[in-house]
Amino acid sequence: MITQEVVDLSRLQFAATAMYHFLFVPLTLGLSFLLAIMETVYVMTGKEIYRDMTKFWGKLFGINFALGVTTGITMEFQFGTNWAYYSHYVGDIFGAPLAIEGLMAFFLESTFIGLFFFGWDKLSKRQHLTITYLTAIGSNLSALWILIANGWMQNPIGAEFSYVTMRMEMTSFKELLFNPAAQAKFVHTVSAGYVTGAMFMLGISSWYLLKGKHVEFAKRSFRIAAAFGFASALSVIVLGDESGYAVTEHQQTKLAAMEGMWHTEPAPAPFTLFAIPDDEKRMNRAEIQIPYALGLIATRSTDKQVPGIDELEVNAAKRIERGIVAVKTLEKLRGGEDTQENRDVFDKHKADLGFGLLLKKYTADVGAATPQMIAQAARDSIPKVAPMFWTFRIMVALGFSFALLFALSFWYSAKNTFQNQRWLLRWAVWWIPMPWIASEMGWFVAEYGRQPWTIYGVLPTHLSTSTISATSLYGSLAGFLFFYTGLLIVEMYLMFKYARLGPASLGTGRYEGEANYQPAH
Amino acid sequence: MFDYETLKVIWWLLVGVLLLGFAIMDGHDMGVGTLLPFVAKDDVERRIVINTVGPHWDGNQVWFITGGGAIFAAWPLVYATAFSGFYWAMLAVLWALFFRPVGFDYRSKVANTTWRTAWDWGLFIGGMVPALIFGVAFGNLLLGVPFHFEDNLMPVYTGTFWALLNPFALLAGVVSLSMLTFHGANFLMIRTEGTVYARAKSASIIFGVLMLVAFAAAGVWVSSGMSGYVITSAVDPNALPNPLAKTVELQAGAWLVNFQKQPLLWLVPGAAFAGGLLALLLAAKDRPGTAFVFSAIAELGVIGTAGVAMFPFVMPSSSDPRSSLTVWDSVSSHLTLEIMFWAALIFTPIIIVYTSWAYKVMSGKITKAYIQSHERSAY
Repeated sequence: MITQEVVDLSRLQFAATAMYHFLFVPLTLGLSFLLAIMETVYVMTGKEIYRDMTKFWGKLFGINFALGVTTGITMEFQFGTNWAYYSHYVGDIFGAPLAIEGLMAFFLESTFIGLFFFGWDKLSKRQHLTITYLTAIGSNLSALWILIANGWMQNPIGAEFSYVTMRMEMTSFKELLFNPAAQAKFVHTVSAGYVTGAMFMLGISSWYLLKGKHVEFAKRSFRIAAAFGFASALSVIVLGDESGYAVTEHQQTKLAAMEGMWHTEPAPAPFTLFAIPDDEKRMNRAEIQIPYALGLIATRSTDKQVPGIDELEVNAAKRIERGIVAVKTLEKLRGGEDTQENRDVFDKHKADLGFGLLLKKYTADVGAATPQMIAQAARDSIPKVAPMFWTFRIMVALGFSFALLFALSFWYSAKNTFQNQRWLLRWAVWWIPMPWIASEMGWFVAEYGRQPWTIYGVLPTHLSTSTISATSLYGSLAGFLFFYTGLLIVEMYLMFKYARLGPASLGTGRYEGEANYQPAH
Repeated sequence: MFDYETLKVIWWLLVGVLLLGFAIMDGHDMGVGTLLPFVAKDDVERRIVINTVGPHWDGNQVWFITGGGAIFAAWPLVYATAFSGFYWAMLAVLWALFFRPVGFDYRSKVANTTWRTAWDWGLFIGGMVPALIFGVAFGNLLLGVPFHFEDNLMPVYTGTFWALLNPFALLAGVVSLSMLTFHGANFLMIRTEGTVYARAKSASIIFGVLMLVAFAAAGVWVSSGMSGYVITSAVDPNALPNPLAKTVELQAGAWLVNFQKQPLLWLVPGAAFAGGLLALLLAAKDRPGTAFVFSAIAELGVIGTAGVAMFPFVMPSSSDPRSSLTVWDSVSSHLTLEIMFWAALIFTPIIIVYTSWAYKVMSGKITKAYIQSHERSAY
């Protein structure tokens, strides 16, 4: 029996393991390309220090990568273990990019990461450089495929429901592949990864500079991180705007919740900079608004309206009414009354099947749904406003802070005076955790904002789980908590240990802190 | 391009290929992990053993991940039913696998002996537990698993975790664990010398014999009246998949029917015995390279035997036989199977080529001298 408790626990476990996994992914995405850049400089100039940089940052990369792999295994199988109905209902579409991710990306990344670490004295310079690029391309390709899968959850195009197989089936692989929601998400997410990688390198290099340790090593790392980070921070903002535009097109409920738009405003709608949204009273307190801004950003026009929550709920209620017909006709079709008439009725209503299924939360027989149930289900179709509103604003504010920090770092590194700007270096050190916070906030907006659906408009979350007991879920959740906490402690310990050691950890004898260190003249 | 029936059969073969790829590739490094605490006594020996698979374990593990993804894409009902039904077994596999990436990468980054020993046992768990559980899972598939579908095709598993640990399934677990450990021992012989080599050789002989005995015992068990499943209604392999549209019966000896109908199929279990015996002999004669090839053939035989015996069943239901999942009715749509077929056809050979190249680059014995000269960079 699937209870609300099972649904909530399944969501909690998925959210916890996915967000935990994403602590390691962005650094892999960004640092892998930074490694490739440093090694390119090494191959082009032949300067040993760039090889040491590649090896040292590669060591930190490896510590992070190990947990990315560990936590990624969970993700590949958790759809099956905890979201069995989801897996059945959309596996025909959703499974394909996951499998291709394995074939095209994971194999590439995982095979060559081994040669990256162990192939230094077995491969020529150019061969090793190629390996490093292939690793970076592999990890970025895996982001592409998983975001194609995720993009389809947000904007499920190229698929159709079949009443015979009782599931969604792919009608166009091309549409799945070139889903605008997926493309916008991919570029935004990988740039966020590049910002993370750059901030990590910038912050740690700044720490060496503040301590006056490994100065030549740190200066070079700082410069590369500043340039790469500056470009990435700009693109994360521009492409984030693109991702937001995709949301306007495909997910009006998400947009309304993240903007705290209780009512439809005359176009172009104002952008609410600050407010205290009240989900009970359905209003914002202490609003500070910028006139016209939201309308311009979201619709890229001055005359198109952005629908508010009131209006969206009315629309949802209408779709639920039609959805009831779809669900009832589907029951007839599967119950032996497979007549042309029923098929026609179903085809006419099946676009709203998912909305009919929203009622399953309140009644097994949706035909017997009361007006109150319909009103409640329509209300459910909008995610909670306050968490959406705030997480989105924290992410955006952090995004702009990265652009500023990297712009300044880039400016001072062009003037070659960054090592004297102690305030800048301190800022960079303190800012190391911020890209992770921004990424997690971004994922929260994307996924919490998709509620109450797992597949937007198609499959409600409360119908997507497995038929496992709440006891099993408490057990597995406890297990994940135990392992993931332990692993995080170990990972942080090693990361700090090796970041503190710096390039001395390579044992080359060329860096401070080594027993056989000989300072250069 | 292909009709639906052909694609369904192709995907049965492709899942088999992925499982075999997993057994050959991830299987040998899991075997190495299982043997680690026993064939290597001091820190340098342990590092030698770990570094034989150091550059490759991660790529090898992708056979497992991709296997999961491919089952999701090609057999979504199997993915949904098996992994939610075998919930705790699946979690045990995942949690055991947690120890591998961190075990490999973190172990030698701290010099403390307790730290290193702890990760060595972690690598043991990460190799041994999945190898055992996969066999147990296969054993249960042969027996049938208690599950059914609700009207909306929601899979419901009605058994317990403990019921999975029945005698036949445990025997199947011994088959898979000894098979992968045997294969891992052969690989270890290729890449080591001296005492570690000698211990790996003993392990190869012990686990090779164990695999052959356990596989033979399982074969006797199946042929002496164990019940299999038979579809008793007409089958249209080209039909849209609906697992509730058939009738299925439990019949004694049904898992032998395919072999009786097509005697050539006896070559499959034959390959398990012949491959296993030859691998054993070659290992004993210090020919680990060819022994490794033959233990891979033995894996083909063992996995193939289970697959062929059950065909077209993939996951029979013991509590509601008509809910059983088969090659015909647990699959994706025609379009998805076709796209995924092309994806597999294009990428699998490429993967094999660059994986082989990676092994070639890193070939050669891992010696004490190698570990000492790579003190900071080796695992």
